Amino acid sequence: MMIRTAIRGAAGVAALLLVAEAAGRTGLADTRILPLASTVLARVAELAGDPEFLQDIVATLTVWASGLLVAVALAIPSGVVLGSLPRAETALRPLIEILRPIPSVALIPLVALLFAADGQVKTTIIAYAACWPVLINTLYGMHDVDPLARETLRSFGFGRRAVLLRVSLPSAAPFVMTGVRLAAAVALIVAISTELLSGGVGGIGVFIMKAGSGYRVDLMLAAAVWAGILGMVVNALLVRAERSLFRWHLARAGVVA
Amino acid sequence: MLEITNLTHTYGRGSGAHRALGGIDLKVAEGELVCIVGPSGCGKSTLLRSVAGLLEPTGGQVLVDGRPVTGTPDGLAVVFQDYSRSLFPWLSVGDNVALPLRRRGLDRAARREAAGEALDAVGLAGASSKYPWELSGGMQQRVAIARALAYRPSLLLMDEPFGSVDAQTREDLEDLVLRVRGHHRMTIVLITHDIDESVYVGDRVVVLSRSPATVTADLRVNLPAPRDQIATRELPDFVRLRAEVGRLVRGTRPPGAAVLSDPSSN
Amino acid sequence: MSNLAVRLLPVPLFLAAWEAGCRMAESTYFPPPSLIAARARELWFSGPATRLFLTDAAIENFVPSLGRMFGGWLLACFAGIVAGVAIGRSATLSAYLDPLIQFGRAIPPPALVPVFIVVFRDDLRMLLATIVIGVVWPVLLNAVDGARYVDRVQVDTARVFGLTRTQRLVRLVLPAAAPKIFAGLRLSLSLALVLLVVAEMTNGTINGIGYELVYMQQSFDMPGMWGIVALLAVLGLVLNLSFLLLERRTLSWHRLARRAV
Repeated sequence: MMIRTAIRGAAGVAALLLVAEAAGRTGLADTRILPLASTVLARVAELAGDPEFLQDIVATLTVWASGLLVAVALAIPSGVVLGSLPRAETALRPLIEILRPIPSVALIPLVALLFAADGQVKTTIIAYAACWPVLINTLYGMHDVDPLARETLRSFGFGRRAVLLRVSLPSAAPFVMTGVRLAAAVALIVAISTELLSGGVGGIGVFIMKAGSGYRVDLMLAAAVWAGILGMVVNALLVRAERSLFRWHLARAGVVA
Repeated sequence: MLEITNLTHTYGRGSGAHRALGGIDLKVAEGELVCIVGPSGCGKSTLLRSVAGLLEPTGGQVLVDGRPVTGTPDGLAVVFQDYSRSLFPWLSVGDNVALPLRRRGLDRAARREAAGEALDAVGLAGASSKYPWELSGGMQQRVAIARALAYRPSLLLMDEPFGSVDAQTREDLEDLVLRVRGHHRMTIVLITHDIDESVYVGDRVVVLSRSPATVTADLRVNLPAPRDQIATRELPDFVRLRAEVGRLVRGTRPPGAAVLSDPSSN
Repeated sequence: MSNLAVRLLPVPLFLAAWEAGCRMAESTYFPPPSLIAARARELWFSGPATRLFLTDAAIENFVPSLGRMFGGWLLACFAGIVAGVAIGRSATLSAYLDPLIQFGRAIPPPALVPVFIVVFRDDLRMLLATIVIGVVWPVLLNAVDGARYVDRVQVDTARVFGLTRTQRLVRLVLPAAAPKIFAGLRLSLSLALVLLVVAEMTNGTINGIGYELVYMQQSFDMPGMWGIVALLAVLGLVLNLSFLLLERRTLSWHRLARRAV
């Protein structure tokens, strides 16, 4: 059954590539604008061995990781504090709701004027975008704590701190992890956006911009494919981490692995 | 009306295979109310799903009105145990009851009228515009019964229909089934794990063995109609039958001996 | 109503603190909100009453931007729901397409903006392509999920009572999947706003909110830039709230049914 699914998946991918290739070969699509699928695939393979492009990938991963790290470092503690102080949360909720929908890329011009260093600008923008999923999920997790578990501990004479440490944090942890996974995807999107919009020394976005100024659609698409692969790998790793860390949570939520 | 011959069903294949039905033979005459009891997990629901055409059995045959079942037979309705899932929460009670009538080719007004009558019959005349989740569990199951009645089936299957309601409601619903059955002249097959219930509502009680399920016994219930929750349950015949079925379900007696104790042969 | 007032009480407090902080800091980069509001009024909201006080600049930039965003979003919604329900109901189709979907949604949509600029040349098609390709995934994935996991008892019920394929789709699958689909639609609406801004900032579109923002940056108009950001915040909030309202009305059965359990 697994094998059949895999074969069908491969067939789907092959069919799409064949159709794209045929469209170019028969002249249905203008290959001067949209290169052949085989050309793009060849570029994808070439880029894997291109040290300059590998440096671009490292550059993107660096800003991505630093932005995500800042977001996590700020958002989880804020979420835990706000989640255990209902009044503070009520007071700050409208602020969160106003700040959250601001497209982070719209802040690039402002932040670019504030910081001279390119890395700081990107990290700030990525952190801004990535902190919301973490914060919202942490808050949600803190609310989802089973009151019965909390009261059980209280009834045994444990204090607020012990309750927070032994009940609230462990039961909020899976939600926090989900938030981090969502934030990682957002951070990658924003990392590439900032590279496209504010340039810089290196990065997948910078590579794509350069390829674009030379009208090299084949290179642009190949770089986009690598960005997609990067996104899939990051997501797969985080999903795996989530599964192995929080098996008990998945069982409780009725998710059958 | 309903004729089941050597029905078998196996889930899965190879070493993980589970044989749920091990050759079931059963005949139900028109107008009969047959209760099927058996230990939990014995394949009662597999049997019902095969009859309803929701599942293609591995072997054997099911005839409804002399025609083999392929897909859901026309004129068959089912009341499921889980009313909260079998009623659609996005439709009002009236629309839930009227929905299947589209198959009957009735126009809007006719559908609404039929739904109203059916709701009236189960004592929920005023609830048409409410939503299922606004009603109690017992009332929701009444809606599910009304939906089946409005459909005017010749064969009604009920899968543990009162398994999720409280004892008082359960008795009310049992009497409701007996009452509507008198009015509507239909054949009913009711699956239950409640021995008391099977004897109280059934014309016949069919006992299934543990899986792979086979028919252990087929007992005729000769209790006087109309049945009454208090009086009927006090009758010596009722008490004796209940004990009989109880022993059969628990399997304390060898299967062969069961046939001899059929009360109709006494 | 008073409850809402209490909940919104922090907003004026926050504005006052912001104002005070900026006045004390006296930084050109952080103009006080009063200045931002005045600039925004001057730029966009000082037009004639017959045009709802909108200025030419506001109409020239905001109207096309909103049109592109909603246009792209609606196209993506339609495509995502149709394809998602089909994939969700067919295990075969799902097996063939799953790797492509997993890959497609992993590509960061902004990475395709430069591609679309070269391929499409004209602004509108480039912008629509960016938004559609970018926001279709949440809709599609949620529709697949919602359509795939329709309750078995509900499916059995529909089959027993002889509903036709079309009836099952319209009366069972779509309503059952609706809560998931709506979640996807809301997510994609906020994503559409982000991608609109990215795409409008990337290339030389001749108008739009993103264009206006780049223009402000180039002319060092700090209050104007803050004004755009504030405007985007309000726009995002309004879009999200109005969609939530729509969702509550359409899916009231879902909310209430879950509460009743």
